[in-house]
Amino acid sequence: MMGLFVFLFAMWLLILVGGGIIVIILGPMSISGYGVFDWIISSGIKAVFAISLVIIWIFILLKIKNWIFRKKILS
Amino acid sequence: MTELIIPAIVSSVVAFFTVYFTTPPLIQFLQKRNYTVTDMNKKGLPMIARPGGISIIAGIIASEIILYAFWQMNEILAIIITTSIAFVIGYVDDRKVMGGWFKPLGLVLAASPIIFLGAYDSDLAFPLFGEVQIPILYLGIIILMIPITGNTINSIDVLNGVASGFMVIASFTLSIALVILQNYEMAIISLPLGLVSLAFYKYHKNPSKIFPGDSGALTLGAMYGTIAIVGQVEIIAAVALLPAVINSFLFLASMKKIVEHRQIKGKPVEHTEDFKLKATNDQTAPITLVRLILAKGPLTEKQVSFQIFKLGIFSGILAIISAVLMGISL
Repeated sequence: MMGLFVFLFAMWLLILVGGGIIVIILGPMSISGYGVFDWIISSGIKAVFAISLVIIWIFILLKIKNWIFRKKILS
Repeated sequence: MTELIIPAIVSSVVAFFTVYFTTPPLIQFLQKRNYTVTDMNKKGLPMIARPGGISIIAGIIASEIILYAFWQMNEILAIIITTSIAFVIGYVDDRKVMGGWFKPLGLVLAASPIIFLGAYDSDLAFPLFGEVQIPILYLGIIILMIPITGNTINSIDVLNGVASGFMVIASFTLSIALVILQNYEMAIISLPLGLVSLAFYKYHKNPSKIFPGDSGALTLGAMYGTIAIVGQVEIIAAVALLPAVINSFLFLASMKKIVEHRQIKGKPVEHTEDFKLKATNDQTAPITLVRLILAKGPLTEKQVSFQIFKLGIFSGILAIISAVLMGISL
């Protein structure tokens, strides 16, 4: 059970850090010089950034999961 | 203050007692018509009435209509319509075996009233860091949120009382978070979810007299997701739901694709001679939350349920801390 609590806590920390990255980097991001396409390009870039962040976070979670539960099995 | 207290009391009483009093006759009705399924985790494999989603949706609609009579808010309409569509999708799946695409796609449709009624704010708030404006991306969040919360609650509906008991913890956490954020009207609007779950838990807890079925689980999950969006507590709602999210995450990470439970051949859990639950060594079976809890040794169904509730309370505390951190900016 301890491993599951640690995993939960790690997920919570990742949410907090992810929120920080989104607010500090993704939020202020804007594109200009493309006229009416500015908001489409800007939204597209933000979407790609957000999806990339989700993929990176899933990868980190998989690593944490393997580390926590492998330790548990070995013990 | 009176304008908040009276709607809160009336809607809460109606939510709780609608489910409390309609569930016993519903159990009798379902048993008479042979609408029952086997409880695989009990000796003698008893037949249990299903779906209990009918009394759950009755409690939600009755209480939210009362709240709408007090406050004509689009947020309440969005909750009623989205939750009702989710119930219909679940009920169809309870009656007929539908393809794996049916529930996610149906729940995307269920999310559309939130958009059409404009019952959302496209600012996404994070603890410690403040808000971010993402008008286009937020539409994607709405469309994804309802299928995710609906299916996540459905995926933990594996043992007696777990889905309803977990929902009691998560939804009251959300109500407390809304009070902390001083969004009192939304806190009251969210109360019926916890109360219908609590009333249903009386009949769903071990040994179950009724199962919620897909209609019940999707109804609870969709209402939870809608409250998260219209109450602007998306991140807090995600934190409170983490144990159920972990279950889906472990399942997907081990199966490496989206599959319906009935398509899985390997069994993650089996029974000991005294009918305790025990994790299997089956390599083809998915890794689930229950399987991990059982990794140290066999436990009774009730013991596993309480371990899941402990995780729910822990993530509920993290969610409340997140709500407090919303008021702090770095």
